[in-house]
Amino acid sequence: MYSLSNPTAGRESEFTSRRFRSGFAKVGTYVLLCALAVLMLLPFLWMCSASLKLDKDVFRFPIQWIPEVPQWNNYVKIWTQIPFLTFFGNTAKLTVIITLLQLFTSSFAGYAFAKLDFKGRDLIFLAYIASIAIPWQSYMVPQFIIMRKFDLVDKHMALILLQAFSAFGVFLMRQFFISIPNDIIDAARIDGLSEYGIYFQIMLPLSKPALATLTIFTAVFVWNDFMGPLIYLNSQSLKTIQLGLRMFIMQYSANYALIMAASLVSLIPVTALFLAFQRFFVEGIATTGIKG
Amino acid sequence: MQFTYPKQKKAGTGQKTLKQNLIAYSFILPNLLGFAAFTLIPMAFSLVLAFMHWDGANVVTWAGLDNFRRLTQDETFRIALGNTFYYVIGTVPPTMIASLALAMLLNRPLRGRDFFRTTFFFPYIASLVAVAVVWNMLFHPAMGPVNQLLVTLGVESPPRWTASVDWAMPTVIMASIWKGMGYYMVIYLAALQGIPPYLYEAADIDGASAWQKFRYITLPMLTPATFFVSIMLTIASFKVFDLIMVMTGGGPGRATNVLVIHTYNTAFREFRFGYSSAIAMVLFVVVLIITIVQFRMEKRWVSYM
Repeated sequence: MYSLSNPTAGRESEFTSRRFRSGFAKVGTYVLLCALAVLMLLPFLWMCSASLKLDKDVFRFPIQWIPEVPQWNNYVKIWTQIPFLTFFGNTAKLTVIITLLQLFTSSFAGYAFAKLDFKGRDLIFLAYIASIAIPWQSYMVPQFIIMRKFDLVDKHMALILLQAFSAFGVFLMRQFFISIPNDIIDAARIDGLSEYGIYFQIMLPLSKPALATLTIFTAVFVWNDFMGPLIYLNSQSLKTIQLGLRMFIMQYSANYALIMAASLVSLIPVTALFLAFQRFFVEGIATTGIKG
Repeated sequence: MQFTYPKQKKAGTGQKTLKQNLIAYSFILPNLLGFAAFTLIPMAFSLVLAFMHWDGANVVTWAGLDNFRRLTQDETFRIALGNTFYYVIGTVPPTMIASLALAMLLNRPLRGRDFFRTTFFFPYIASLVAVAVVWNMLFHPAMGPVNQLLVTLGVESPPRWTASVDWAMPTVIMASIWKGMGYYMVIYLAALQGIPPYLYEAADIDGASAWQKFRYITLPMLTPATFFVSIMLTIASFKVFDLIMVMTGGGPGRATNVLVIHTYNTAFREFRFGYSSAIAMVLFVVVLIITIVQFRMEKRWVSYM
């Protein structure tokens, strides 16, 4: 806190003391940020370290961060002790299908909500918005009953149908399309382009950043989803990675190192995706959150 | 603010033709069909189901208010409702403060800013199952490094964390704050970057202190973001399930049993679909009331430029 005005203090000395203080503040900020970063990453670092130990050494204290003899074998064992590969395959399949459907239907609908004028638009869009605010869990039971009626329980189709048509995707795409000036569309209309032509030739290429954002959000959501598969999938051969991981934890609760290795492996795809596209994450959160 | 419509085009084209309507519907239909079938209809259905008795196999019978009457005598429900509020109150304010603080720290020219932002955000995208299991090991009552450290530091009987009735919920809350604050930090960062710099320049000329600038510029300019965060975070906290399911399973005893866990158990373990829908209805109504109250209070403290 510097004083409001001090006519007696020379300009120069005030300047240097301020610079000194701001340099001091900067170092402080860095120290604080680094400490926080370590705190945030500590569980993952510990996971990494524990995954390379023998079970009996996992909890040895003080923590030995780098094991003397790294047990790389743990990473081989997890693939043979449980059908991890099947779980990976199932999750990848669900992630790809749901994300593609989501992209296609959401951007289509989002465009109409943003740029076309039609009867009932506001009302239908309100229903979409309302459903974002309503906890999914409050209607999960009727959803389950409907799926059972169609004989879709214990099938991947149930999860695909539940997650491919999210209101969130429509909302995100609409927010993006609204930011595109109407002049472009009007010009295209005058040139005689149909609405479909406008969408496919002009809007779709323009919306790449929004589509990337939606891809990341959907893919991460599906990959990490636990409750959906927990409710719908019973057969071993259909389970997803999160369910498989949970099963593994319950079955081998004392195999700490293996559990950590399996957890770490389950994090890799999402981490890679996130690091590659994190720009779109940040933009997506800002788009859906703040702009309007 | 988020849901405002674009200015309607008031072109002189007159009324929309049937063809225009049909084209527009063809755009929304692929999504709307799925959305109606698997979201809107189940929503409506859950309203009805709450007034029914049904075990999922035998005949559905009308229950009237039976399910709701039973709620008043269901001790687990009462505990779950209390626990849900405990979790929400324990999670929402600290997460908001932490995420704002992180955003303030990062909202300046710093080397490695992107690295820090990524680091703080990372727990948010990490799967809950993996995160929950590593937390459980770190906080293992007997062998976990946290308690070993506490013992080394001279704490004679450190908390038993998720194994203790009193500490289970705080442990879950800590994990949840740690996991979620990066997401809300990004929202705050975006909002901070939207504050026009001339406001701070003007304050500098007037000789305002750092605290005064925060109090009279930053905080008021952030109220729309704060409003948004408070609503999103509250709704998300009422929905908590995965984290608790994997960390404690609702225990020990019923210490971390929240409404969604109770709903899940009643429906998918006890097959009391009607009763479960009644519990879900309570969750829905509670969230609705709180959201409405938040919107009502919006005018009092949220300022839009």
